[in-house]
Amino acid sequence: MTWETVIGLETHVELATRSKIFCPCTTQFGGQPNTHCCPVCAGLPGALPVLNEKVLEFAVKAGLALNCQIARYSAFDRKNYFYPDLPKAYQISQLYLPIARDGRVELHTSGGDSAVRIHEIHMEEDAGKLVHDPWIDQTRADYNRCGVPLIEIVTEPDFRTADQVIAYLEKLKETLQYLGVSDCKMQEGSLRCDVNLSVRPLGSDELGTRTEMKNLNSFKAIARAIAYEAGRQIRLLGAGGQVAQETRRWDEDREVTCPMRSKEEARDYRYFPEPDLPPVRLGEDYVAALRAARPELAAEKRARYQADYGLSPYDCRMITSDPALARLFEALVELGAPAKQGANWIMGEVLAALSARGMEPGDMKLPPAALTRIIALVEEGRINRNTGVQVFEAVFDGDGDVDAYVREHGLEQVGDTGLVAAAVERALAAHPRSVADFQAGREKALGFLVGQVMRELKGRADPKLVNDLLRRALGVPGAGKAVEKPPQL
Amino acid sequence: MELTELTALELGAAIRRGEVSVPQAARAALEAVERQNGALNCFLTVTGERALARAEALQKGVKTANSPLYGVPMAWKDNICTKGVRTTCASRMLEDFTPPYDATAVERLEAAGALCLGKLNMDEFAMGSTSETSFFGPVRNPWDLERSPGGSSGGAAAAVSAGLGWYAVGSDTGGSIRQPAAHCGVTGIKPTYGTVSRYGLIAHASSLDQIGPLGRDAADCAAVLDLLQGRDRRDATSLDGDYGQLLSRLTGDVRGLRVGLPEQCFGDGLDDGVRRAVLAAAQVLKDRGAQLVELSFPVLEYAVPAYYIIASAEASSNLARYDGVKYGWRAREYGGLHELYTQSRTQGFGPEVKRRILLGTFVLSSGYYDAYYQKALQARAVIRNAFDEAFGRCDLLLTPVAPSTAPRLGESLGEPLKMYLGDIYTVPANLAGLPALSMPCGFDSQGLPIGAQLIGPRFGEGRLLNAAHAFQLDTDWHRRAPEGGKRT
Repeated sequence: MTWETVIGLETHVELATRSKIFCPCTTQFGGQPNTHCCPVCAGLPGALPVLNEKVLEFAVKAGLALNCQIARYSAFDRKNYFYPDLPKAYQISQLYLPIARDGRVELHTSGGDSAVRIHEIHMEEDAGKLVHDPWIDQTRADYNRCGVPLIEIVTEPDFRTADQVIAYLEKLKETLQYLGVSDCKMQEGSLRCDVNLSVRPLGSDELGTRTEMKNLNSFKAIARAIAYEAGRQIRLLGAGGQVAQETRRWDEDREVTCPMRSKEEARDYRYFPEPDLPPVRLGEDYVAALRAARPELAAEKRARYQADYGLSPYDCRMITSDPALARLFEALVELGAPAKQGANWIMGEVLAALSARGMEPGDMKLPPAALTRIIALVEEGRINRNTGVQVFEAVFDGDGDVDAYVREHGLEQVGDTGLVAAAVERALAAHPRSVADFQAGREKALGFLVGQVMRELKGRADPKLVNDLLRRALGVPGAGKAVEKPPQL
Repeated sequence: MELTELTALELGAAIRRGEVSVPQAARAALEAVERQNGALNCFLTVTGERALARAEALQKGVKTANSPLYGVPMAWKDNICTKGVRTTCASRMLEDFTPPYDATAVERLEAAGALCLGKLNMDEFAMGSTSETSFFGPVRNPWDLERSPGGSSGGAAAAVSAGLGWYAVGSDTGGSIRQPAAHCGVTGIKPTYGTVSRYGLIAHASSLDQIGPLGRDAADCAAVLDLLQGRDRRDATSLDGDYGQLLSRLTGDVRGLRVGLPEQCFGDGLDDGVRRAVLAAAQVLKDRGAQLVELSFPVLEYAVPAYYIIASAEASSNLARYDGVKYGWRAREYGGLHELYTQSRTQGFGPEVKRRILLGTFVLSSGYYDAYYQKALQARAVIRNAFDEAFGRCDLLLTPVAPSTAPRLGESLGEPLKMYLGDIYTVPANLAGLPALSMPCGFDSQGLPIGAQLIGPRFGEGRLLNAAHAFQLDTDWHRRAPEGGKRT
């Protein structure tokens, strides 16, 4: 029998607001335990929640970008359960009247185009963190994360392959990042995904019994867990068994899913409307204004970069892989850098510098004007590209004053052909063996000679010019044209 | 002159005129507490030293005082958070809980120069109608020490009645200000839902709870409410509105005021003495020019069941945070997490609180939600509409506060259903979020105070207080004091 896998996702996304969803405490990641807390998020007796309007705005923006219907009347509900990471013993969430419904996301995968329907998006608060200390055999509660705003995005069971799931998550991540509503860092838990999966005979339109998988901490884990769980269910059914409706935990080390909670153990959350928060009423103006203010999303930028700047699809993908990179690219172009040069620097030096420092693009301090200046100096031939990279590295973490650095370190390129020619003469005279080697057909010898000239000129010569003059001096025919060759990047 | 004979406004005026010093007032109040609290058990915490130090500080600013209640000693029901002063909700669960913050109501009154004497006894977590469910023992009624002062703000009503402070601030979820006010012969008002911030009021039932004053007369209540009310950005359910000054609008003029008498509130189950006194109060208002309107309020019978479903449901959730993990009572011995929860809650809560948590948990459970909670919400909407309709025909409603006067201690606890039914006249105003006032209107054959209730439309506090003020201009029930209270 051929089986079809049916998957639906519940994705929790932490919103990038500065303060928490129901109190003014900071949402900053980390911090000493229980220092980002107040009576409200710590659930002290008598404290009351007040909705952060920025959270509402971000949720509506996300809903609009995912083509949802925005509820003009939505409300919060209490989800009641006891757990030490939940200081009020209820989570404020939205069950009955979520903020957004009925969305749609188009997907493009190697398997073809498809669409996923969004069932709903609701706002809710995050819980705290429990830390077990094995030395004293005690569990300690840290409520810093309590009240950090989340949206949960629930899809219909419209996925059939892991590829589609990953494509959806990538698109979701990209969209939310470009909207500025979340940084979607899986490693910090600001994007978490639970996968609901069932299998059925291909052609059937009834859904099989599903399991819900948790503890999926990377896209890779999600893809592997889907493959494992689909296989497990198919084997089970193929052997005449039944799939139990349960929550299963992905074991990253063993690469298997294990039962966590069965349907019988499912909690009764006793949802009821949150009496401390009035329903949220949104006017048409409010929604229309947010709709109009939607920024250009990554796919739109890619299309535009291709059309306007003639960049390759690959380059476009690279420089839109993070909104901060796209912002940098647009700033470089705006400041007059040639688009292709801007893209090359971003894909090369910028990404390398960030990765060497373990930084996110959004954390970069280097002003776009500084990089524009470096690109211009290279373009004008005032410094060579290697020097440009050296300057870039030098100013990357500092104040970004490119001209001052070039001046203070005497890096400006030797523009006087006579000086370079003299250095070439000296190099040829000092290394007759290399000259002979070259003339015997060993191209490598030319590299050595270029190196000698560059060393004498402290690297400030245009390597193209050195190359050209050397070849001419060595009597290579047509050597003069080398100057017109594009730089080798 | 005995200071304790003055109303809060009279004392405030004397303080501002320099006739009485704030420390003098504080000492008089603390002496009264010292003398009577042993018998009455109104105060759970007396902050004597703090009060005297504050009195000295307030006295220094008396010349620039801009509140009519500046320097007047008062006390808080013990479910209102006071920074640095333990706030117990009269429960073992919070026996040692000291809030790190002040309720908005506390901030506002303190900013106006209120002088706090301490914290007042109540039914545990405000659940009860007799102030007997307190972990710290029952409050006794100053008019008869063998009787309950009513509840849940029984400590507040008894204190004001006996002269232990000039006014008190309580909370009212289903009658918890009005009913004890009636049983103790003082005036109390539950304002429109959303007009006094609940920030810092330890929740019983969030959609019903409201903070309000208990005082010696309507004018004192108006003065306190002027300070308490107003929008608070820390309470999302607090309302914007044109609050105005209530005290300055007490003219006593009720000419043309249409006073509605719902026939269902004067039917079976009501003591004759109470009926006579409340109808006599109607006559007093009529004599001052008000117009009496008889009307029907047939949905009254839904009020108590709807109230107990909604209040218990919300309470079951609100009280879930008391789990022994973060603060409050924690069982000394427990095996694992589950046992920590069950043991701490079993030991920390009293039987009435447990009954309501169980009831509330049940009505919210999957499979029962629609039959109970959802139905109760529908009944609530019906009651709201019935009030809207009634206020098309009259300006306020006059009803009894309770079917009978103060019960004997011990006679209610064994019969919770009977106790619940005693809330029939007070819970409708909470379900509809309307302002309602209780004022003394006579005594029964045993010399126990009787209260009359005025219910108004949303933001109708001014109308209620003015009608009560008019009534009090022509009557002296509110001036009667129990023997121990030294108010003759």
